[in-house]
Amino acid sequence: MKLLKLVPDTTNIAFLKWRNIAVAISILMIIGSMALVAQRGLNFGVDFVGGQMIRTTFTQMEDAPITELREKVGALGYGDPTIQRFGQPNEVSIRMKLPTGSDQDPELANTMADEITGMLKTEYPDVRIDGVDSVSGKVSEELLSKGVWSLVGAMLAITLYIWIRFEWQFGAGALFALFHDVALTFGFFALTQLEFNLNIVAALLTIIGYSLNDTIVVYDRIRENLKKYRKMDIIALLDLSVNETLARTVMTSLTMLVALIALIIWGPDVIFGFAAAMFLGVFIGTYSSVYMAAPILIWLKVGPDSFVPPASAGDRAEKLGDPEEVG
Amino acid sequence: MLDFPRWKVISISLLLAFGVLMSLPSLFFGENHKYWPTFLPDETINLGLDLSGGSHILLEADPADVAETRLQTMEESVRAEMRRANPRINIGDISRKDGVLSFMVRDSTQVDAAREALLPLTTGAGLTGQRDWDIEVRDDTRFVVSPTSAGLDNAVDNAMDTATDVIRRRIDEMGTREPTIIRQGDMRIVVQVPGLEDPEALKELLGKTAKLEFKLVDFEADPNAVAEGRPPVGSQIFPYPDNPSGLPNIAVKRLGGISGDKLTDAGQGFDQETNAPVVNITFDTEGGAKFARLTQNNVGRPFAIILDGEVLSAPNINEPILGGSAQISGNFTVDEANQLSIALRSGALPVELQVVEERTVGPDLGADSIRKGMIAAIIGTAAVLAFMVVTYGRFGFYANFALALNLFLILGIMAIFNATLTLPGIAGFILTVGSAVDANVLINERIREERRRGRRVVQAVEVGYKEASRAIFDANITNVIAGLLLFIFGSGPVRGFAVVLIIGIVTSVFTAVVVTRMLVALWLRRTRPQELVI
Repeated sequence: MKLLKLVPDTTNIAFLKWRNIAVAISILMIIGSMALVAQRGLNFGVDFVGGQMIRTTFTQMEDAPITELREKVGALGYGDPTIQRFGQPNEVSIRMKLPTGSDQDPELANTMADEITGMLKTEYPDVRIDGVDSVSGKVSEELLSKGVWSLVGAMLAITLYIWIRFEWQFGAGALFALFHDVALTFGFFALTQLEFNLNIVAALLTIIGYSLNDTIVVYDRIRENLKKYRKMDIIALLDLSVNETLARTVMTSLTMLVALIALIIWGPDVIFGFAAAMFLGVFIGTYSSVYMAAPILIWLKVGPDSFVPPASAGDRAEKLGDPEEVG
Repeated sequence: MLDFPRWKVISISLLLAFGVLMSLPSLFFGENHKYWPTFLPDETINLGLDLSGGSHILLEADPADVAETRLQTMEESVRAEMRRANPRINIGDISRKDGVLSFMVRDSTQVDAAREALLPLTTGAGLTGQRDWDIEVRDDTRFVVSPTSAGLDNAVDNAMDTATDVIRRRIDEMGTREPTIIRQGDMRIVVQVPGLEDPEALKELLGKTAKLEFKLVDFEADPNAVAEGRPPVGSQIFPYPDNPSGLPNIAVKRLGGISGDKLTDAGQGFDQETNAPVVNITFDTEGGAKFARLTQNNVGRPFAIILDGEVLSAPNINEPILGGSAQISGNFTVDEANQLSIALRSGALPVELQVVEERTVGPDLGADSIRKGMIAAIIGTAAVLAFMVVTYGRFGFYANFALALNLFLILGIMAIFNATLTLPGIAGFILTVGSAVDANVLINERIREERRRGRRVVQAVEVGYKEASRAIFDANITNVIAGLLLFIFGSGPVRGFAVVLIIGIVTSVFTAVVVTRMLVALWLRRTRPQELVI
């Protein structure tokens, strides 16, 4: 049987030749993303800004009466709704920001949601309420701060782990790559104005995990080669390591993408933003392990001696040990 | 490598079989429980509200509310103690400003007696022996009674515990199946009710404090003053929306009433004369005696029935009510009377609760999500499986076998812990499929490499497993870290995603490394191939 080989047995692509340009582009993209977030902002869902979101299906209509809905909801006096289609043309979501006075009365988001569903039920007998989310200002603030902390915490904890398992230069490289991935994902959400909610935080954390997965595989090979080829030029060594792990990188990214495409196309609508973020994350995560995480090692002067320097560091490395040596 | 002892094979197989067995009830017997043999464990995975449909409601109490109620009770106790003291201690008006109680003792020689009488009211807060109130005497005669923070915390804690119980009773009375009611943090209670059709009725019921009071109407009060909200001395004003006289308010006597916590039962019924829906209540012995005394002394006068600070009705006492049961009338519908009786039966909430978060998913959307999620999972998995076989041949097949076992294991472990599967959880499942094969990809690529370097078959496989495991280990640990943070900081469905992710990482390392290694070892030992197709 002839097996499929996506990547030839031996590749010799000079990835790092482009490192300066790549890093420059990446930094521009990070700045661009930040500018986008600053300028257009993120389309925060009710999870993070409070308010309510109602998902409805108009079972007897082809198209949901969006203009009419906008007027009728607006007439309730809580402000103008954001009405969006999702999935079928007769399915819409009605989103309302927190009305004024909700800091005094945390129940206001909820009262507003009740009033809107009540109005929908009387005005449109065929309406089906598929979901109601109402979140008060206090709860949404907490969710936001928790989300931010989980991202920052994950990045720091993971960096710390890599620092301990490898060397500090690797930790710095991983952190840099993670920052790149997270920044670009934020930029993507600012650009597309897809709803940014709790699910997206989950996606971001998964992207962090995945991107790191990739970085670690490359790093592990770099460490191995550093020990093996003590005289090799660092750039050549990084290129060799990336090339050696290329087949795996391509293969794993593809299986991830295949699974994610299935989610995007056939999965539930509610999960679309999540799957889209992950899809993008797989690309930028793979890219950043080569063009962010690796070049930093050159600048931070990683060499064969990074792993067997003075006695004290040597002791530490031995105590921590590698799984292969322990078991 | 070839040396794979029999005991290992047996224990791994047993473990896998156990995992698969545990996953079966959730997979195939969810609805048809009767077909599952009873001697086997039958724990199943719970479906999250976003899949099964239902309501998640987060209720929050206001600590200021607890403090205020507590201060009110304290005021009443202080008045009672001062009256009961022998000789009676006369005090000036009690003020309840800034969260503290202050009053003057008119006769300065009675200060010590007053302090003596007050001390028993300030019993310890919890086990620490701290007092729950501080008593201070300023300017010789002015008493200031202020709550200590320990006392307040304790009171809030007790109030929330009681509130949780009351809510549980109310929801049980509604006949909803399998609700989850959990206290969360200091001030919050989470209520989750699967498959609920009408969240408004539930919120209505939870939002009712159901504090019932009976107080005598102050019929001598000046109607104009009452309408403007100025109470006569010794009386207080309550809103009365259904007042037949048209006035929005009514004045009632501050003292001499009965509160509804003396109830033993409440039920919906009909008034014998008007046939209007009413709520029949029964007092306990103490409450019954008090009620009898109140009605005996006030025949012909009206008393107000007050619920949550609003007057429901103010009927005349036609004759003494001695039997310990009474009737609450108001402008009820049958449903309202029913709800009120549920609320009264389950007791009053010690603190007002507000809905600060609500997430409701209709059953149709839930079912739709399950269907679409399943389709995506099947297609995604099938594509990944095909991809692996095309790329790695026999080794791909082993990886696929491991992946399939992995999916069963995840479900089995989730079932053992009664974990909840949410919509993001399904996404986590699909992602696990995508990333679980990564370990095998790493191993297989390494084996290819070692073969290219000229190692012999068995040796290449052995080195491949050994060298790849280090990267697999590190990569998965970082994923677990991300997953743990997701679990710690996540809420609701996101937590469900984290659970699936973490379980998936652990089981996928096991199946992808240990199980495939076993399969490969058994195969190598049996056939001793000279060449590898990989």
